[in-house]
Amino acid sequence: MYNLIGAGLIVIGGGIGLGQIGGKAMEGIARQPEAAGKIQTAMIIIGALLEGLAFGALILGK
Amino acid sequence: MDQLLNDFSPGLFFMQAIILLILIVLMRKFAWKPILDSLQTREDGIKDALDAAQNAKLELENLQADNEKLLQEARVERETLLKDARDIKTKMIEDAKGEAESQANKMIEQAQAAIESEKKTAMVELKKQVADLSLEIAEKMVRKELSSNDKQLELVETMLSEKSLN
Amino acid sequence: MLVKQTTKFIAILVLLMTSVSSFANTQEHGNQHDEQGNKVDSPEEIKDYIAHHLKDSHDFHLYTNNETGKHVGFPLPVIVWTSEGLKTFMSSEFHHDDNGQVIVEKGGVKLTKIHSKIYELEAGAEAVAFDDHHHAENAHKVLDFSITKSVFGMLLTGVLMLLMFVSLARAYKKGPIPTGVSRALEPLVIYVRDEIARPNIGEKKYRKFMSFLLTVFFFIWILNLLGLTPFGFNVTGQIAVTACLAIFTLVIYMFSGSKDFWAHTLWMPGVPVILRPILAVIELVGFILIKPFSLLVRLFANITAGHFVVMSLIALMITMKQAFGPVASTGMSLVLSLFIMVIEILVAFLQAFIFTMLSSLFIGMAVEEHDHH
Repeated sequence: MYNLIGAGLIVIGGGIGLGQIGGKAMEGIARQPEAAGKIQTAMIIIGALLEGLAFGALILGK
Repeated sequence: MDQLLNDFSPGLFFMQAIILLILIVLMRKFAWKPILDSLQTREDGIKDALDAAQNAKLELENLQADNEKLLQEARVERETLLKDARDIKTKMIEDAKGEAESQANKMIEQAQAAIESEKKTAMVELKKQVADLSLEIAEKMVRKELSSNDKQLELVETMLSEKSLN
Repeated sequence: MLVKQTTKFIAILVLLMTSVSSFANTQEHGNQHDEQGNKVDSPEEIKDYIAHHLKDSHDFHLYTNNETGKHVGFPLPVIVWTSEGLKTFMSSEFHHDDNGQVIVEKGGVKLTKIHSKIYELEAGAEAVAFDDHHHAENAHKVLDFSITKSVFGMLLTGVLMLLMFVSLARAYKKGPIPTGVSRALEPLVIYVRDEIARPNIGEKKYRKFMSFLLTVFFFIWILNLLGLTPFGFNVTGQIAVTACLAIFTLVIYMFSGSKDFWAHTLWMPGVPVILRPILAVIELVGFILIKPFSLLVRLFANITAGHFVVMSLIALMITMKQAFGPVASTGMSLVLSLFIMVIEILVAFLQAFIFTMLSSLFIGMAVEEHDHH
C-alpha cells in the first residue's frame, strides 16, 4: 500500500519534471527554430536522466 | 529491490559479459574498423574532390580575370592605335591643306606679279604711243598753223608778248 | 513504401497476437496454480504468465497445444556449476516443470527448477519443501551458465550483427557506395558516429570508443526489437544483461579518464579545501554508483514496463470478455496494443540511443581535457 503511494508520488514528481523539460524545450524551439536539433538532444538527455532517477526510486521502493 | 536482486542471475551476467566482449572484438576486427575506415576514406575523397573543384573554380576565375585583363589591354591598345591614326590623319590633312594654301598663295602672288609687270609694260607702251601720237598730232597741227604768214606772225607776237611780261 | 511497411507491421502484429493468444490458451505442465481448468483465463493466471514471460527461461517455448498437451519449441542446454562441479544436460529433462516438482539427478546432485531458476537440493533431501512465501527451504541456487533464452537471443543478435555489418564492410570493397541492405545500415553507423560519439566525446578522441558504442547501440536496438517479435525474448529486460552493459561503460570511462578528470573528481580546484573531500566522495559515488545504476535501471525498467503493458493490453481480450463481450474486448485490446506496440518500436530505438548517448556523454566527461584557467 505505502509502496503504491510512493510510486504515485514519484510519478507526480517525474511528471512535473518532464513537463517542465518539455515545455521549456518547446519554448526554446519556438523562439529559435534553427536550434531545434540541439534542443531536442539536450531535452532527451535530461529527460533520460530524470527517467533514471524516477525509475531508480520506483525500483528501490518496490 | 529484493525481487530484483533475486532475479539477478550472476550466470547470465557472466555469459553476457563474455558474449559482449567477444562481439566487440569480432565486430571491431571484421566490421567497425573496415566500415569506419572506408567511410573516412570516402569522406576524405569527397572533401578532396570538393577542394579540387574549388581550386579548379578559382583557377578558372583567375584565368578569366587574366583574359579580361588581356582583353582590356588589347582594347586600350586598339583605342590608342585608332587615336594615333586619327591624329596622323588630321595632321596629314592639316599639312596638305597648309601646303595647298601656300602653294595657291604663291601662285596668286606670281600671277599678281606677272599682271603688274604686264601692266607696267603696257603702260610704258601706251605712254610711248601716246607721246608719238601727240607728237604726230602736234606736227600736223603745227604744220597746218604755220602754213599762213599771219599765223606765224601772230605766234611770234604772242610769244614775244609773253616774254616781255616775264 | 509506408503502406508496405504498415502491412508488414500488421502482419507481424497478427502473428504476435495469434501466438500470444495461443500462449494464453495454454497451460504449463504440472502448474499447481492452475487447478480450475487448462486455460489461462483468470487475472491471477495472466499475472503469473506475464511474470513468467518477463523472466529468463531455460527452453525456447513458442506455444502449447492444450488439447494434446504438446509443447512447441525446443530445449536449450543447461550448464550449471554445482557443489559437485560442472553439470550439463538439456532443459527437456525438466519436462517443462517450473515449480520444483521434477528433480533431475546428475552425478550425485539433485537439481530442480523453480520460477526459471535452477536450485540444488541439500544433501539428503528428496523433494523441495516450500515455506509460507513459496521460497524453497532445503535448496539453494546454483551458478547458472546455461544457454538460456536470453543467452540464445544474444547469440542470435551477435550472429545477426556480424552478418549485417561484415556484409556492409565487404560492400566497401566493391565500391565507395554500398548497395542493397548495406545501404540502409550505413546511415545508422554514420548517425552513431556523427550524432552520438563525435559531439559528446570530442573530435580528437571519439575514434577509440567507436567499436564499443556501435556494438552496444546495435546490440541493444536489435535485442529490443527482438523483444517485440512473437518469439517472446526479453533480453534487455533482464537486470543482469543491463547491469553488464552498464558495467562495461563504467569500466571504459574509469580506465580512460584523463588526468584532468581525476584531478577534478578527487581534488576539485577552486573550492575551499575543507569541501574538497566531500566533493570527491560525491563525485566518486556519482561516477561509480549512480551513473551506471541509472543506465542499467533505465533500460531494464523501460523494456520490462513495455513488455508488461503490451502483454496486459493483449490480455484485455480475456479479462474484459465478461464485461464487454468477445468482439468489443478483442477490438479494444487490438487497438490499444497496436498503439502501444508503435510506441514500443519507438522506445526500442530511443533506449538504444539513450544508452549509447549517455555512455558517450560519460566517456566524454572522463576524457575531456580542461583548459587550465
